[in-house]
Amino acid sequence: MSSAAETMIDVRVWRGGEEGEYQSFSVPRRDSQTVLDVVTWIQRNADPTLAYRFACRVGVCGSCAMTVNGRPRWTCRTHVSKVVEDGRLEIGPLANLPVIRDLAADMSPFFDKWQKAEGTFVPSRTRHEPLETISPESAERQAADAAIECINCGVCYAACDTVRWSPEYFGPAALNRSWSLVNDVRDAGNLKRLAAAASNGGCHNCHSHQSCEQLCPKGLNPTASIAGLKRRTMQAYIRGEIS
Amino acid sequence: MSAVRLYTWQRLTAVLMVPLIAVHLIVIIYATNRGLSAAEILGRTRGSIAWGLYYSLFVVAASIHGAIGVRGVAREWLGWRETALDRLMWIFGVVLLVLGLRAVIAVVAL
Repeated sequence: MSSAAETMIDVRVWRGGEEGEYQSFSVPRRDSQTVLDVVTWIQRNADPTLAYRFACRVGVCGSCAMTVNGRPRWTCRTHVSKVVEDGRLEIGPLANLPVIRDLAADMSPFFDKWQKAEGTFVPSRTRHEPLETISPESAERQAADAAIECINCGVCYAACDTVRWSPEYFGPAALNRSWSLVNDVRDAGNLKRLAAAASNGGCHNCHSHQSCEQLCPKGLNPTASIAGLKRRTMQAYIRGEIS
Repeated sequence: MSAVRLYTWQRLTAVLMVPLIAVHLIVIIYATNRGLSAAEILGRTRGSIAWGLYYSLFVVAASIHGAIGVRGVAREWLGWRETALDRLMWIFGVVLLVLGLRAVIAVVAL
């Protein structure tokens, strides 16, 4: 129970769907408290009807991303001390996505675009052939590894200005995934993938604002991946492989 | 027109224009520093095949580059459909080309 001596945080939380309003809660401040801890405290102690999404609580699953004081964050690994402003937190659903309810955004458009960007591995061998030996030190594997740690949290997608003004744009995460596969020597789907990256929703929409790179919780650089796709699609176009 | 085709043509014309712009600026500085009059400049450019080819290439590259750029701006700010955007690009490009080539002719024609 809270006591008068406790320091409290003034938390405003989005309630409702696309239409709604922020609701204020007073939440006790704790040491090493994360934003997800704050949201969970509200649901357990103030309003059990609050809708939000989380699973692992340790920065692996990518489920708990929300807008915190105007910026998309993975809430389970974002300490309140890092983002609180004058004792206040404003927590909303991820931007650039439909709102289901309260803090839960509908991730469907985000994942649909991974499909449109051909972000699926296409094997070049069957299960009857021996496993291909890939050296972790090889240049190709290192290029693929540079983009591979994505946890699909949607922070980059919510941070992207181009996604906001162009609904058909695949966004940083899908194109980052595409770039990882373009560099994967085991993959056989590159022509189709480069054609997708060169389509109207593809890599050429990117303005290199680098909000994705700045806010990616895994420290990835989707802008660099997209720049790589621009180079590779241009090479493929000049060779006549895509039109 | 596909995004990669537009991107490639815009980048290639940009690369082409880098040395052309550099020479263009150097010539402007040279001509103004030396105090050349319009008549003296025209005296050097009229009948010059080299200057004619140089500025014709410049105009063609700038027309392609600028038209693709305007198409991109219209796509993002006006939200036009692809056919309308292509039409705008071609009209803008041809207008730039005609205006530019008319200027080249005025400078190099005898």
